[in-house]
Amino acid sequence: MYDFDWSSIPGALPILATGALITLKITATAIVVGILWGTLLAVARMSGRPWLAWPAAAYVNLFRSVPLVMVILWFYLIVPQLLRRGLDIPASYDIRMASGLVAFALFESAYYSEIIRAGIQSVSRGQVSAALALGMTGGQAMRLVVLPQAFRNMVPLLLTQAIILFQDTSLVYVIGLADFFGAAYKVGDRDGRLVELLLFAGFLYFLACFGASVLVRRLQRRVAA
Amino acid sequence: MIRFRDVSKWYGSFQVLDGCNLEVNKGEVVVVCGPSGSGKSTLIKCANGLEPFQKGELTVDGISVGARATNLPKLRARVGMVFQHFELFPHMSIRDNLALAQVKVLGRGRDEAVAKGRKLLERVGLAAQADKFPGQLSGGQQQRVAIARALAMDPICMLFDEPTSALDPEMINEVLEVMVELAREGMTMMCVTHEMGFAQKVAHRVVFMDQGRIVEDAPKAEFFGTPRSERAQLFLSKILHHV
Repeated sequence: MYDFDWSSIPGALPILATGALITLKITATAIVVGILWGTLLAVARMSGRPWLAWPAAAYVNLFRSVPLVMVILWFYLIVPQLLRRGLDIPASYDIRMASGLVAFALFESAYYSEIIRAGIQSVSRGQVSAALALGMTGGQAMRLVVLPQAFRNMVPLLLTQAIILFQDTSLVYVIGLADFFGAAYKVGDRDGRLVELLLFAGFLYFLACFGASVLVRRLQRRVAA
Repeated sequence: MIRFRDVSKWYGSFQVLDGCNLEVNKGEVVVVCGPSGSGKSTLIKCANGLEPFQKGELTVDGISVGARATNLPKLRARVGMVFQHFELFPHMSIRDNLALAQVKVLGRGRDEAVAKGRKLLERVGLAAQADKFPGQLSGGQQQRVAIARALAMDPICMLFDEPTSALDPEMINEVLEVMVELAREGMTMMCVTHEMGFAQKVAHRVVFMDQGRIVEDAPKAEFFGTPRSERAQLFLSKILHHV
């Protein structure tokens, strides 16, 4: 029988907190950028203009067809190499955080864009007609009439995606970024208490995500009502 | 005011409008009726460019609706439209429903727009509902708000696309009353409706459509007296019996 020894956890808390901060930073950035960029992508895709719709569709399909881990690695290994020449970034500069942020924001935008597209489609065609009949331009109808209703319908889905995203941030460990999971792993490895730390980290992930999804479900019932 | 000249429209190879000629003069009330699928809703949606058409010419106040150069939003802002399913904006209060386009399209100040909205709500008998949301009103009330919303833009004419056909029977009259009053004030109106009582009260002309064609276009008395086409007679006998 394995002997659990939780004694290294109290000492690890400050490191874990630093890691949690990185996790939250990546999650928050990816949500904000993902929703903004995803909205633009969705609107472009539904614009009926091929030169806008086609690149947007290509972007979304590309990012939805490759594993997230690979995208993270691309933005760590390949893209900076290309940018380094142009932007003159010193080789010593730590790009891991920037890579992680960019990779997540761009990747999540593709998923958010699909959610937002469905949300836009959930608003009846008659609403657009009514807005246009009042003299609004297509852009005004979208901004003032369609999107506010679409977002209200989408809130539960957007939050569910945010929870998935929060869990997925742990993948940044592949580029050596110490997020919450990475920090737990490091401390566990250092102290020879990997099992305890991973169990503890998993427990906290569970609390955060399960709590959040209970809230989402409650909100969903309110929106439906 | 509104003039259709030989307007035709196809959905793919299916022809929905076939050489429609129709004129609605200033101050005139024209009722368009006909069996479902006859193209009457499509026809009225062409009048403000919500539905494109492929052939013919259509002008509103002398401005060509089909022309590429026409600023459609600007034209639509001057043409009021009322829809079968009301289409109030559900995420806004009644007050904001009335003010939104006044502010965003006409550039009126918010206070002015709200005041104008309040006046029109009083007119349709709903001043007390300004703070509510569309979902809290009955169908008849929503449709009266929709009429007020269109009137808030000071339109030169009004289009009604089956304004009472989604309503419970007991609510039809409150909407028709508002429309009758509007007609008596001299508003130019094109109404797609089966409410023959309304037509008899205020219409100047009645247009009967069938299979995308305007089969009959006659002054009210003549239409209800001796409609010429067999199709129109049959249709009339059906809906008049029903009443």
